[in-house]
Amino acid sequence: MISFSAVSKRYPGGLEALRGVSFTIEAGELVFVTGPSGAGKSTLLKLIPAIERPTAGSVVVNGQNVGALKRGAIPYLRRNLGLVFQDHKLLYDRSVFDNVMLPLSFGTLAPRDAARRTRAALDKVGLLERERANPIQLSGGEQQRLAIARAVVNRPAVLVADEPTANLDEDSAWRIVDILLSFHQVGVTLVVATHDQALVARHGRRVLQLAAGRLAGA
Amino acid sequence: MRTWLRQHREALARALGRLGAQRMATLLNALVIGVALSLPAGGYLLLSGLQGVAQRVSYEPQVSVFLKAGAAQADLEARMRRDPRVAGLRFVSRDEALAELRVTEELADVVAQLERNPLPDAFVVRSADAAPAALEALAEALRALPGVARVQVDSAWAQRLAALVRTGRLALGALAVLLATGLVAVTFNTIRLQILTQREEIEVSRLLGASDGFVRRPLLYLGFLQGLAGGALGLAILAGALAVLNVGVRELAQTYGSSFSLPFLPWDDALSVVGFSGFLGWLGSAMSVSRHLR
Ligand SMILES: Nc1ncnc2c1ncn2[C@@H]1O[C@H](COP(=O)(O)OP(=O)(O)O)[C@@H](O)[C@H]1O
Ligand SMILES: [Mg+2]
Repeated sequence: MISFSAVSKRYPGGLEALRGVSFTIEAGELVFVTGPSGAGKSTLLKLIPAIERPTAGSVVVNGQNVGALKRGAIPYLRRNLGLVFQDHKLLYDRSVFDNVMLPLSFGTLAPRDAARRTRAALDKVGLLERERANPIQLSGGEQQRLAIARAVVNRPAVLVADEPTANLDEDSAWRIVDILLSFHQVGVTLVVATHDQALVARHGRRVLQLAAGRLAGA
Repeated sequence: MRTWLRQHREALARALGRLGAQRMATLLNALVIGVALSLPAGGYLLLSGLQGVAQRVSYEPQVSVFLKAGAAQADLEARMRRDPRVAGLRFVSRDEALAELRVTEELADVVAQLERNPLPDAFVVRSADAAPAALEALAEALRALPGVARVQVDSAWAQRLAALVRTGRLALGALAVLLATGLVAVTFNTIRLQILTQREEIEVSRLLGASDGFVRRPLLYLGFLQGLAGGALGLAILAGALAVLNVGVRELAQTYGSSFSLPFLPWDDALSVVGFSGFLGWLGSAMSVSRHLR
């Protein structure tokens, strides 16, 4: 499903964020990517939807060599992935509902179906009654859930979440984890970056341990 | 095909939504474009009007040949008829000329007080070639004939007016090109600002799988619609200015016993102005989009 072989990523400016990283994630797996801040977790995640391109090695997602993808093919790749960004990237000029509906407007879904799917996604994360609110009015945990709803509204087979529990109190964090696990249970492949060791310990799944851009426990 | 239509309908809807959300800015931009367009379009109307006047005036390529007192009229007529450049001629005796003046109301009194006829005999010579240079050459040849006092090229002023209209057209063309460039620049900047205000939406949309086309189309429509609105506003400004101007033109024309007034652009020309303005708006936004959305 997702396969990295000997992937290195050097940012312009010379910093090598990933060095020779290789691993494979099968369909339906739940994988945590951990490591201290600056270890390269976000960089690794950004290579999957081709937000960043590898400087060496290959990244293959659903049989496609993502690193060599033409510009015009990238939107289709991204529409089939669910992405939760470390900084949420919510739009504060529109409602919760419109934020979730945004990815559906790029495709060919009829407006009525798009509205129905949007409500279904909001319902899954428990934000249906806040659909008219502006994201700015939401708590940190609610904003994170909103970001998850937007990521899954296209019903992706792969969900990639970057630090989904960062800066949240314990209750909110567990709620997020519960939601993510519920997607895992229905077969969604889950890649979650976190530096929260307690979270990883509790769920004891497969862990990709990064340190200074290298993989330790693949 | 249906997808394509839907994509365009949605892009148009989003562009209209943007315009509606920024009504004041939209209006001001359209006004700038409208004023810029109304200048060359107005100039074009004025010139067309002038040209109409120039064409209505007799364009007969005529030359008046005034004779010295006691010149040999028959001999002169024969010589002129032999010249192949002369298409025809008519003799106007000094008595006939005076009689013509007598029936002119304003001059009747003056003529009555004359002790003797001050007018010379004359020929009105029609030139075979209407070109100004040919007329001048013919006039020159006629001047050299014995018994000729003076030769006058009658249509000179009409020719001059035509030349003026031609020069005006050139100047107007240059102005139109200049203002079209300005219109493209205005749209270029509007779209640049639009991209800046929508920066986050564009970034997030792309991260989530929006294609280049999805991001660009509404911006292109925005430039196109702004151009159309500006074009329509330009025509409205022109119509208003023309209505005001025509009050004066009609008064002036009446003193010449004419009901002349400047006409508005024919509807197909008016449509072209609006369409061209829309095209320039599209062009400006296409340039801006390719410059500002890497
Ligand atoms: N766009 C960028 N340009 C340059 N350096 C970057 C960029 N993004 C991340 N880095 C650097 O790459 C390293 C890894 O960053 P990141 O992948 O964000 O780590 P993590 O998510 O584990 O904290 C860091 O040293 C960071 O400063
Ligand atoms: Mg990070």
